[in-house]
Amino acid sequence: MKKFDFCDGLVAPLDRANVDTDAIIPKQFLKSIKRSGFGLNLFDEWRYLDHGEPGMDASQRVLNPDFILNLPRYHGAQILLARANFGCGSSREHAPWALQDYGFQVIIAPSFADIFFNNCFKIGLLPIVLDAGSVDKLFHEVEATEGYRLAVHLQDQSVTAPAGKTFFFDIDPFRKHSLLKGLDEIGLTLQHSDKIKAFEEKHRAAQPWLFA
Amino acid sequence: MQTLYDKLWQSHLVHEESDKPDGMALIYIDRHLVHEVTSPQAFEGLKLAGRKPWRLDSILAVADHNVPTTGRDHGIKDPISRLQVDTLDQNCEELGITEFRMNDRRQGIVHVIGPEQGATLPGMTVVCGDSHTSTHGAFACLAFGIGTSEVEHVLATQCLLMKRAKTMQVSVEGELGHGVTAKDIALAVIGEIGTAGGTGFAIEFSGSAIRALSMEGRMTLCNMAIEAGARAGMVAVDDTTIEYLGGRPFAPKGERWEKAAAYWRTLKTDEGASFDKIVWVDAAQVKPQVTWGTSPEMVTTIDGRVPDPAQITDIVKRHDMERALKYMGLAPNTPISEIRPDKIFIGSCTNARIEDLRTAAEVVKGRHIAANIKLAMVVPGSGLVKHQAEQEGLDKIFREAGFEWREPGCSMCLAMNDDRLESGERCASTSNRNFEGRQGPGGRTHLVSPAMAAAAAVAGHFVDVRELY
Ligand code: SF4
Repeated sequence: MKKFDFCDGLVAPLDRANVDTDAIIPKQFLKSIKRSGFGLNLFDEWRYLDHGEPGMDASQRVLNPDFILNLPRYHGAQILLARANFGCGSSREHAPWALQDYGFQVIIAPSFADIFFNNCFKIGLLPIVLDAGSVDKLFHEVEATEGYRLAVHLQDQSVTAPAGKTFFFDIDPFRKHSLLKGLDEIGLTLQHSDKIKAFEEKHRAAQPWLFA
Repeated sequence: MQTLYDKLWQSHLVHEESDKPDGMALIYIDRHLVHEVTSPQAFEGLKLAGRKPWRLDSILAVADHNVPTTGRDHGIKDPISRLQVDTLDQNCEELGITEFRMNDRRQGIVHVIGPEQGATLPGMTVVCGDSHTSTHGAFACLAFGIGTSEVEHVLATQCLLMKRAKTMQVSVEGELGHGVTAKDIALAVIGEIGTAGGTGFAIEFSGSAIRALSMEGRMTLCNMAIEAGARAGMVAVDDTTIEYLGGRPFAPKGERWEKAAAYWRTLKTDEGASFDKIVWVDAAQVKPQVTWGTSPEMVTTIDGRVPDPAQITDIVKRHDMERALKYMGLAPNTPISEIRPDKIFIGSCTNARIEDLRTAAEVVKGRHIAANIKLAMVVPGSGLVKHQAEQEGLDKIFREAGFEWREPGCSMCLAMNDDRLESGERCASTSNRNFEGRQGPGGRTHLVSPAMAAAAAVAGHFVDVRELY
């Protein structure tokens, strides 16, 4: 997993609620058997005016000039500001892959869908929940100020705005530790192999029909 | 006193990372279902790390998302889809994983074949790299969708790191009217609590209306739990559950069956156990539902109208509604019954089981699809469902009514194969998601029950199916 500790980044606002994973990365791109390269097709149906298919040359495609990420002032954004229930829908990890591949390191929203939220941590993309009022305030500030940046410190669990106002967020201590260190969760779990085996034996004795 | 969720959690707890009740914990996984879309990167990761699957007999694989629903003998035309399916075949072959291949009669949508094979059993933890894994909760399983990194984690360790969920009870008491189905309950609940209403919760559906549902109906309901934001939905074990499982290929036999069934009967919420949240539904009040927007919560009843954004004070909500109506090509206040679909899709892991096909066939029998319907298709959930339906003559009923009768798979639920809506086309669909572009770029989806889709097919517009009996 990619390590995350700190990000001082340009913020892009995506002002709609219930952004689903089909919108984040449409299904035709899920046919890929790779983990990388999804950034080009992030928000494909909103970002381009022509219909995207895997393997197309992105430089030949027609950009939608009205889509927020296509505005020059948001180019190079590393922090995505979003509305409630971001990432709802399917379990596709391709959605966090695409966001990360595009360049985002942090997503701030009042709430996230469960599976998406969970998937982000697995790849070192940080989803931050702030209360709806604070998020609303940030939307106003971002839209009003060109070049608006936020500083995110995982260690302090803080998001600091340019004028110095700081918001604090919650994070599970285990997740925080894994992110800060960029730990391989499978490796960590395998350290408990003996426990897993002991559990398995007990489980087999109680419910033998679960084992072939 | 424990809820069903508590029992399932407790009986799979391997290790806790912290002593706080809401800390991360290692949970043992009994059944791992695998399909072609979310697994290739997991298998690759496993290989790169030099790891092996922990327990092969826990895994069952099938290709469903990319498979064509016609002309299977010629294989898969699209080279990228083909590569994905071939990759699954190869991975399963190499590692010795049980897989139903495309031309196996047992092939079908992963959430249809698990229960059909008895590979889903009460008391199990069931995972799949697919959000609609919640379906399996109908069997009193703790079943939920996972991402690809977690697919790899389960392959390598047989466990998942997770946080305990809060519990929600959706209590549905009373009797459903004829022509009103589990799909209508699901949509009505989502309309009520919203697509984020279940976030952080595991939902248990209970009450007399749920006990009266068949396993098919319970699966439809649990399938849609994720559309309410809940990662898992579940129903307690009763006679219906046990009868459904008897004699299934992967189910225990003989003495083991007796022992298993006795244990399964304990899989219910203890009397007096408390939930974090309770939602009450009066079954008799539930009417056939139709979605009008681009999120499953944008739903109303068949006698309703498309809402008017001008009436909404919350600005974010109003904008979302305006955007949805624009995308859907609908004017505010249009009666739902005046909306005319171009295509009809009866299929998906929500509604492509035998009972779904029977209820749809009951409506179309002796009728014909309306002149404005460009395509009406039935895509059975599995090869065995298809076979059963053919035994009952349902395929004939559909064909005579002008429907196409296809091979099993996900098909136009998400349009990864050739089955899709063209831009601007409107569809009455028995699937679970009406997101923008879900059934094809620019396609417009209205979610309904199989009976309501069948009714729309023959009427040429949405109509209360109860008027057609
Ligand atoms: S039928 Fe649709 S929702 Fe179900 S698994 Fe297939 S694509 Fe997903």
